[in-house]
Amino acid sequence: MKRIVVFGATSAIAQACARIWAGRHDALFLVGRNAERLEAVAGDLKVRGAPKVEFLAHDLADLEAHERLVGRADEALGGIDVALVAHGVLGDQMLLREDISLAVESIHVNFVSAASLLSHLANLMEKRKGGTIAVISSVAGDRGRQSNYVYGAAKAGLSAFASGLRNRLQKSGVSVVTIKPGFVDTPMTAHIAKKGPLFAHPDAVGRAIVRAIDRRKDVVYVPGFWRPIMWVIRSIPERIFKRLSL
Amino acid sequence: MKNPSIESWGRFPRAEHRTLPLAWRDQARLADLEGLLLAHGMGRSYGDSCLNDGGTLLLTRGLDRFLEFDESSGVLRCEAGVTLAQILEFAVPRGFFLPVTPGTKFVTVGGAIANDVHGKNHHADGTFGRFVRRFELCTSDGKRRICSPEENEGHYRATIGGLGLTGLITWAEIQLRRVPSPFIVQESLKMRSLDDFFRINDESEKDWQYTVAWIDVLARGRKLGRGIYYRGNHAPQSPPGRRISFGEPRLRVPFDAPNFVLSGTSVRLFNFAYYNRQLRPLRRATIPYEPFFYPLDAVGNWNRIYGRRGLLQWQCVVSDPETVVRILEVVSRARQGSFLVVLKTFGALRSPGMLSFPRPGITLALDFPHLGESTLTLLDRLDALVAESGGALYPAKDARMSAEMFELSFPELPAFLPYVDPRFSSSFWRRVRRVDEGAQARTA
Ligand SMILES: Cc1cc2nc3c(=O)[nH]c(=O)nc-3n(C[C@H](O)[C@H](O)[C@H](O)COP(=O)(O)OP(=O)(O)OC[C@H]3O[C@@H](n4cnc5c(N)ncnc54)[C@H](O)[C@@H]3O)c2cc1C
Ligand SMILES: NC(=O)c1ccc[n+]([C@@H]2O[C@H](COP(=O)([O-])OP(=O)(O)OC[C@H]3O[C@@H](n4cnc5c(N)ncnc54)[C@H](OP(=O)(O)O)[C@@H]3O)[C@@H](O)[C@H]2O)c1
Repeated sequence: MKRIVVFGATSAIAQACARIWAGRHDALFLVGRNAERLEAVAGDLKVRGAPKVEFLAHDLADLEAHERLVGRADEALGGIDVALVAHGVLGDQMLLREDISLAVESIHVNFVSAASLLSHLANLMEKRKGGTIAVISSVAGDRGRQSNYVYGAAKAGLSAFASGLRNRLQKSGVSVVTIKPGFVDTPMTAHIAKKGPLFAHPDAVGRAIVRAIDRRKDVVYVPGFWRPIMWVIRSIPERIFKRLSL
Repeated sequence: MKNPSIESWGRFPRAEHRTLPLAWRDQARLADLEGLLLAHGMGRSYGDSCLNDGGTLLLTRGLDRFLEFDESSGVLRCEAGVTLAQILEFAVPRGFFLPVTPGTKFVTVGGAIANDVHGKNHHADGTFGRFVRRFELCTSDGKRRICSPEENEGHYRATIGGLGLTGLITWAEIQLRRVPSPFIVQESLKMRSLDDFFRINDESEKDWQYTVAWIDVLARGRKLGRGIYYRGNHAPQSPPGRRISFGEPRLRVPFDAPNFVLSGTSVRLFNFAYYNRQLRPLRRATIPYEPFFYPLDAVGNWNRIYGRRGLLQWQCVVSDPETVVRILEVVSRARQGSFLVVLKTFGALRSPGMLSFPRPGITLALDFPHLGESTLTLLDRLDALVAESGGALYPAKDARMSAEMFELSFPELPAFLPYVDPRFSSSFWRRVRRVDEGAQARTA
């Protein structure tokens, strides 16, 4: 039995992961901001076989609370083997362009709050000399594009942050797994009516994430075909890239 | 947001919708929504009963959480977008099985209730609705009702088989069946004629929980109704060393097939090969439940082999063998090609649903590539035979029945009407109720 804490536990992708863990009889601690929905998720996971599921509702934008949240999870589970940081917001780039405070808020949730949680988890696991921290970044962080560079920049920051953390924690036996999903059919992308063949189902993404955590991978693209796609996108010279409508 | 990508399984007719994906039960605030509404699960209904052209579809697949499971009684409470495949994946390792399952496991609990689906055990166990203990129904006036035989009984009976017209089901409580193993002891028997079907069926119904027959629709004259009869029971234990695996279908049809794929020749070849594949009169085997219940699920989107024009399914229930003969005669002469012709008898166990389709008699399901007028004319002729014999047609498989056929099929319709939510409708409903679409859109 593993002891697993999930931040952003109402996310569709996080739920898909948690269902697999529940089926394996792992103990779970869920953090999100909507108590009613967390309760629905917790109920589902219990039915699926998790021996213990607790949840706590708090807005993760509130950085002050992070140390306490990590502490509560640690206490409730009696130690943390795996932490998944999954919360995020996509936001409408056109709105973010007009209202800069919204853009700053997006960076706050997608980068600052995730980095803050990672730091608390890192300090705890470093002391204990073990554990796995997984964080959901995005292919959007691999290169800034006009259609979503605020979100992309925050995810780019998160990927870099996780990479640094991985480097630091290597000697303490703590793994850091950076997950870069492509398009996933979740509430975050519900506004896109016609889902093309590039869209993955959250269950498939969840399976890939759990596998990556089991194998203590460093950086995974899910589905895997995004790795060559992003390699190509990163290789386009900036003087050409800037003219593309992406 | 307009969404042209939603189709029913027959891919006919086409429709455009606004779509509202639901991921949480608290999002079902129906009073705040505009236009005509309809829940949509996996879209495994063939025709237009899961479509709402010009209106809004509430996509329920995101409502896929389990709420409670009682391991001792086998009672499962889950959200309405949970699929039967998800229930199997959960229940089979725990020694339980679906009480009733249609020929595909890729349907939602909400869809199974709204069509009050039946399976190969209808003669023994009745419809899915008989195992639905209670559910929550949200209506456009903002109310949420718990419906069961004791509480809101009218809404309970109207919603089972209610074609999604009474509101949105958010969760349901279902009685699962405890089974000794997920394997099936299957016997397949060769039938040389329709008489063979009735003889074998009579012998089989008492001792076999699951029965169904496949008919070679092109056989005529003395061979009319020849085919293969399948009967099965849950195996008393799993064969040593064999396990059940779960997962997505491996094969998919990558594109719409060109029209000639389903030509008369290929249909004849298929039927001939299928009938002659089995040489011995009786074959017995212990097989996993998947190939027994869901042979078609092995190929993800097999409906695409029917090409862009789609397919028309047609399923009736009639009380007399003579009508079955007449229908098969018309179909075999028409040579319009049908791969999957299925024959089965329904039993006498009554469903609570007012518009439930199954009733005692013989049910016959056929599929046709949609070839335009000639196909529609053929189906009208079949309808007339059903009407004459006092039978019924199945809305889940229909895209074209007339208002008269619908009324003849469902004598309890007047009792049902008061429970139709005024803000819920479907393409099917407007067709069989002869609603002027413009007028309804204006009043909604
Ligand atoms: C290969 C195949 C084999 C089949 N075999 C059988 C069979 O053996 N027996 C049989 O009975 N049927 C059979 N069917 C038909 C199928 O079982 C039904 O059409 C079923 O209702 C489809 O479920 P769905 O989730 O796809 O619902 P949809 O097709 O999306 O919707 C069906 C109806 O349910 C309503 N609905 C869906 N969810 C809700 C909800 N949450 N609340 C209220 N209403 C809701 C919709 O409004 C609509 O009226 C078969 C279909 C296929 C494709
Ligand atoms: N979907 C994609 O195509 C895609 C692609 C690449 C990466 N990702 C990343 O995958 C992760 C999961 O997203 P998803 O696709 O599963 O979408 P989702 O279902 O919308 O999940 C996002 C989750 O983040 C939570 N959240 C947002 N802000 C929060 C806050 N301040 N405090 C607490 N929780 C907050 C949301 O909670 P509420 O339910 O309360 O709003 C929601 O549960 C995100 O990090 C996302 O950026 C997604």
